[in-house]
Amino acid sequence: MKKQLIAIAALALAAGAQAQSGDTLAKVKATGLITMGVRDSSGALSYTLGDGKYAGYHVEICERIIANVEKSVGRKLQIRYQPVTSQNRIPLVANGTVDIECGSTTNNAARQKDVDFVHTTYVEEVRIATKANSGINGIKDLTNKTVATTTGTTSVQLLRKHERANNVDFKEVFGKDHADSFLLLESGRADAFVMDGQILAGNIANAKNPAEYKIVGEPISVEPIAIMVRKNDTAFKKIANDTVDGLAKSGDIGKLYDKWFVNPIPPKNARLNLPASTATKAAWASPNDKPVEEYLKK
Amino acid sequence: MSWDWQVFCKNTSDGAVEAACWAKGADITYFEWMIHAWGWTLAVAACAWVIAMVVGFSVGVARTLPASPVLTRLANAWVELFRNIPILVQLFLWYFVVPKAFPFFQHVPGFLLVIFALGFFTSARIAEQVRAGIQALSRGQRYAGMAVGFTTAQTYRYVLLPMAFRIIIPPLTSESMNLLKNSSVAFAVSIAELTWFAMQAQEETSRGIEIYIGVTVMYALSAFAVNRVFAFIEKRMRIPGFIVAGTGAGGH
Repeated sequence: MKKQLIAIAALALAAGAQAQSGDTLAKVKATGLITMGVRDSSGALSYTLGDGKYAGYHVEICERIIANVEKSVGRKLQIRYQPVTSQNRIPLVANGTVDIECGSTTNNAARQKDVDFVHTTYVEEVRIATKANSGINGIKDLTNKTVATTTGTTSVQLLRKHERANNVDFKEVFGKDHADSFLLLESGRADAFVMDGQILAGNIANAKNPAEYKIVGEPISVEPIAIMVRKNDTAFKKIANDTVDGLAKSGDIGKLYDKWFVNPIPPKNARLNLPASTATKAAWASPNDKPVEEYLKK
Repeated sequence: MSWDWQVFCKNTSDGAVEAACWAKGADITYFEWMIHAWGWTLAVAACAWVIAMVVGFSVGVARTLPASPVLTRLANAWVELFRNIPILVQLFLWYFVVPKAFPFFQHVPGFLLVIFALGFFTSARIAEQVRAGIQALSRGQRYAGMAVGFTTAQTYRYVLLPMAFRIIIPPLTSESMNLLKNSSVAFAVSIAELTWFAMQAQEETSRGIEIYIGVTVMYALSAFAVNRVFAFIEKRMRIPGFIVAGTGAGGH
């Protein structure tokens, strides 16, 4: 048993080391296959339509990037969709299982040690969703209220910091995923749900009665969300960056954004009604891969 | 992949490494947080265990009562209801569905709901073991109790249960260890226990592997401690020449 474990561990290490040394362009040229990491439910950024199909703003941008990769390597590529989770997305990109991750990953300094980020395509604002008749209009109204958020997200950390800095004393409850957290709000177990704006908008759009809920208050925080690629893969990253910069320069990125965040989207043809924020527009105007820490300095 | 075990000594607000893994003031380190989460795991498991044992023994006994067909059927129904539904589903029923049907439950804290859900789930399994233990005894045991003029209650108290309990200690050990590990589902209803800690801390620190290894060690230690306690009880309760005859080392 012990020997087997050692063998498995050695194999895993070898596989990791081997994958890290290869560069993506050479790899996809040789195999004709590119693996796109996608999320099942990251709002309009990346979600499943069922039946192994994925759609969303980031999925579509990635498809544009892959089209340019095809031009560069001179052959048609087959896209394999690999669903990833918050827990496994970074290891899967680092060890070569996923070539380009198109979910909803916050670009932060800790992650930049393990992976590279393409230029920011979307700046998330952390907001408060509440029942329309709750009387909550901002973070100061949360005193003595119960606040829901989702396990395994950075919003928990954010709330904790706010609580300590401003002496706003509230109770926290944690859903195991976004749908659960929204259920906490819906069932009255929580008075507010603090999460990324587009996830709140998505859950409200899909609620039984969307008019019962509203998103209130100033953004609690902003987070640059970006497409993730392997570290130190300069040629591949350049194609990805050039694609995003090109979309930004021609203004197509705004049209793409509206397609997913403002207009009705499949499968239910619900509207998120979430126009691009000033922070998102600023990121398009001057393409960069700054981590969240740079955004919070100001 | 390089290891970074210092992650446990970082504080949870700005990620600075604290001396001695212990933060000052209102801050806590991830290590302190893990110990706190471990406390929740143990609290959930211990409370649920008490419920599971009390209800499990009552229901198990009820299933073997000789002259109470209604009670026996009710007890059978209890077992089939609670052991045929996955624990995660039961937890959600208690947490989201029951409060919708009975508004009173909206004010019951999640902690109570989770220990009742876990306790009832485990009670069904313990009841089955208790029934099996009692029925494993020869019929002569019950007759012996009747022959000396015991009531049914006295027969169970002085003759059947002491014997049945000794027989079922090994499966009871497994069930108690399972209960401790099953308490990980409590993360799904907002209890800040070890599994919840693992999911949250790995997101905050990006050091998932170290965090999960730490949590694994905590679970393994806790479950093993339960195992040792039961092994000790089993050894002390043994009647020489009876049940586990002659091995001298207990059933483990």
